[in-house]
Parts: sequence; C-alpha cells; structure tokens
Amino acid sequence: MSLPAPEEASSDAQSAAWARVEVSRHPHRPYSLDLIERCLDQFIELHGDRQGGDDAALVIGLARLGQMRLAVVANQKGRTLEERGRRNFGMAHPEGYRKAQRLFALAGRLQLPVLSFIDTPGAYPGVAAEERGQAWAIAQTLEAQLALPTPYLAVVIGEGGSGGALATLLADSVLVLENAFLSVASPEAAAAILFRDAGRKQTAAAALRLEPRNLVDWGIADEIVPEPPGGAHTDWDETAALLRPRIEARMGQLVAAGVDPARRRQRYRRLDGLFSA
Amino acid sequence: MSASPSYPSAKAVEVSDSEVACAVCGHRQSGAEAESSLQVCPACGAHRRISAHERVRQLVDPGTFEEWDRGLEGEDRLHFFDTRAYPERLEEARSRERLPDAILTGAARIGGFPVGLAAFDFGFLGGSLSTAVGERLARAIERSADTGVPFVCVTASGGARMQEGVFSLMQMAKSVAALHRLAEVHLPFISILADPTMGGSIASFAALGDVILAEPKAMIGFTGARVITQATYEQLPAGFQTSEFHHARGLIDHVVDRRQLREVLTELLAVLDTAPGDGHGAAA
Repeated sequence: MSLPAPEEASSDAQSAAWARVEVSRHPHRPYSLDLIERCLDQFIELHGDRQGGDDAALVIGLARLGQMRLAVVANQKGRTLEERGRRNFGMAHPEGYRKAQRLFALAGRLQLPVLSFIDTPGAYPGVAAEERGQAWAIAQTLEAQLALPTPYLAVVIGEGGSGGALATLLADSVLVLENAFLSVASPEAAAAILFRDAGRKQTAAAALRLEPRNLVDWGIADEIVPEPPGGAHTDWDETAALLRPRIEARMGQLVAAGVDPARRRQRYRRLDGLFSA
Repeated sequence: MSASPSYPSAKAVEVSDSEVACAVCGHRQSGAEAESSLQVCPACGAHRRISAHERVRQLVDPGTFEEWDRGLEGEDRLHFFDTRAYPERLEEARSRERLPDAILTGAARIGGFPVGLAAFDFGFLGGSLSTAVGERLARAIERSADTGVPFVCVTASGGARMQEGVFSLMQMAKSVAALHRLAEVHLPFISILADPTMGGSIASFAALGDVILAEPKAMIGFTGARVITQATYEQLPAGFQTSEFHHARGLIDHVVDRRQLREVLTELLAVLDTAPGDGHGAAA
C-alpha cells in the first residue's frame, strides 16, 4: 500500500489535535491524587528520596486496592496558585526521580506491585535540575523500572511529556485515558525545535500523531480507558469509576501471570517492531 | 530534548578546499594537518565536531574495524512533515554522511583490546535517536555482551528525533534494556560524551556508563540552554552544561583531551581486562 506524499496536516486535523491537548491539560481535570483517592481503597503517602530531598512534583506511597497491596508513584500537578508552584506544575527535579527510584527499590524488597500515574509536561527545564544531574537521574530511573522484580502497571492520565513521563512509564502494561497523550516532547517544545517557533504548537501536535489509538496500534500502550462524555474534567467520580475496574483487571492479570523483568525488558527492546532480530 | 544551541568552538570554518580555520581563535590549518591533529586546534585546543567515520579512524587500531548492521534502516512511521517530508531529510543526510543513519557500530580493537564500538554522527540530523539508531546501538551492545567484549560508545547527539515522535522517545528505553544484557555478563560500558550530548541520549544510555569520559568543553545536559532561558528567564552560571561543569559535580569521571583519548581508553581496557597476559593487550 503506498501512502500519499507527506504534507502538512489540514487545519481541521490540526485543530482536532490541539483540542485533545487542551482537554488533557484542562485546569479542572482530575490529577493523580484525585484519582488515587477515588480509585484506591487506602493510600498512605511517603516522603523524600532519602538522599536529601522531597520533590512535591512526584508523589509516592503505599496503597491497597481490594485484596491487593500496591506501591504507587505519580506525577502531581497543583490546583491552586500556591500548590502549582510547590508542585512545579508536575515537573520533577532530580529529587523526584530519585524518590521514584526509592519507591521501585521498596516495591522490590516488599514484593509490592507498582501502579504509576503519569501526568507531567516533562522534565523541568531549569538550571538547578541540570546542576543536580537531571539526565543522570532519569537514566537511572529507566534502569530501575526495567529491573523491577514485581508487576508494574502504568496509567497515562493527562500529559505524558518526554523523558519526564518515561521515568514512570516502562511498565508491563500501559493504560491511557481517552484524552491523555504521550509525546516525545510537548507540542510547544517540538514546534520550537522543528519550526523555531513554539507558536506552531498546533501543527506540531498534528504531526506528532498524539491520538491514544496510535499508542495501542504501535504496541506502546495496551488499552484506552474511556472518560465521561466531554472529558474527565466533567466528572471525577465517573472517571474513577471507569478507571478502577481496568486497573483491577490489568493488575490482577499481571499478578496472576507472575512477572519476569526480562519479559518487560523484551517489551521495550522489541517495541518498534520494525526489526526482526 | 533538543539539539543544543550552536556551540561556537565546534565547527571548522572551511576557508578553501584545502584549509580550515578554527572557529574559536581563527588559527588556520591545511585539511591534512587538521586531520592529523585529530581536528583539535593546535593553537587553542578547541575540539571540532567530527563524523562517525573520522571518530572510528581516530580511535581504533588501523584495519581492525568491522562494521555491524550496515544495511539496517528505519521507516517514516509517522509519515512526518514539518517544513519538509522526513524521507527527503533522511536521503540527504545519508548521501552527505555516507551512513544509513546517525550511528556507526562495529567490532574493533583499541590498543590491542577487542571492543564493541558505537560512534554517533552529529552531522546526520543532529545525531538524533531514530528507531534505526536505537536498534543499531542496542544490537551493538548485545553483540558486545554475546562476544564477551567491553562496549565503548562515543555519543554526539541532540537527543530525540522529533520526526519519529514517540518512537524516538522509546529508543531511550530500548537502549537501557540492551545495557542490562551487558551488565548481566559483567562487561563494562565506557561512555564517552562528545559535543553535544543532550536530551534523550544523556537521559538514557549515555549517562549509564560504568565509566563516563567527556571531551573538553562539550555541551552536555537534558534541556538546552536556549530552552531553559526561554522557559525560566534564569541566569545561566558560567560554564553551564560543559563537561567540566558536570565533572565538578560528580557526574563525569574524567574530561579527556581527544589527543589522549585512545591512550586513556587503552589504560581503562587494560585495568578492566579479565584475562591479563593472554595476548589481547598492547603491552603483550
């Protein structure tokens, strides 16, 4: 099958792609702690990376879902002006990634399945993050995920931007909410790189093919979780009611199957399916 | 995750067909002199960016390099168009850089020691991580593990390749998964960071070297300085994101002048050699 010559997406397609990005960033969209509160039966937050920092942009904790014990790691955005600042709009610093590593180590020791929620514009583009080895911290977090000896389920609930998202994405199964997205860079950053103009974010959003259906077709995600009509921001309880059974089912399958981290590494090694090595 | 802003000392200015001028101090050399000084300016020490082919020539024992996966190319999965169609960009880069994509991999000897070697080509779409680059890198790591030799990678990469979207992002995971194989057989990964090593490359395999070396004044970091300034209006500290900056913060083991790189690598391979005296080493 030959495809038509590549060209810029139509303006309708660009508008549709951008509308989806806006829903994923809607100020009333449920954030991780809103869904944790509504989907899980018990949650106790833990604090700190045990190396000198506690990054509020990323929360970790112990939880229970029915009979299952869980370790939870989640990006966390702020709702109020004060909280947005404190949580740095959900963009972790190195301490956040190290906190995630602590959680993965704890889960391995206590044999706890891990549930992650992804909702971050990406890693933090700031001087302090670079000075403290942000890239190294992300790389080590990727390594920790691929060595985790327990079942691991990731849920992309809003924005999934760049390496910041990847730090809690490399699970055995990945769920994506209907209006969430996963991208190599935010549409603004991609536009800045491709067009030297962040204002062409709509064009970039269309070109990057951010529709969740593609993630499933490409084998990066396993399932799309529907949201209430109009989007998750219209009804948090209903969003959680739709999500909880999918988490229970998927995590139940993973626990029953018994997880081998070598299989998880194979998943990410063979992911693009282009090469039959 | 973008290419770093232009690094003034990095590019040789072609003065004529046979002459290059240092972009930092203006010192002129013939093309042949520049090649024999390893593209390091003899007057000021500025390191020019070099192609993957030139990197391999500089590092390996003559005649020992055997390329792996030569024919392996990727696809335009996203049917990507920015200001041009992605396949056009690829074709142009392929003929200019004489590479199928932004990395060259193979078996070689360095100072007598057998290694698996990967070298990124910054001239090929900024050395960015495509599926083909990720695949060649992962295979090189795995072949090193399977043949029982250390893996050496020289990175010069702007990070993710936007034109391959989320597939590019996933190459970070692929490379880390492959490195696990090397660790399982207890073989070393020596990661060498050249100018520039940014974004998804430094936030995955390149930061996971058992030993990390960097060329002087290479730009290294997750987010480029231009993007940080635009996003936060922060003042950048002196020497921000250079090799020396990261070395001072415990993130890089040694900053090594390119003219000493072969020698330092040979010493490292010797100290890590699991069978000293079996004839691999240069000293034997």
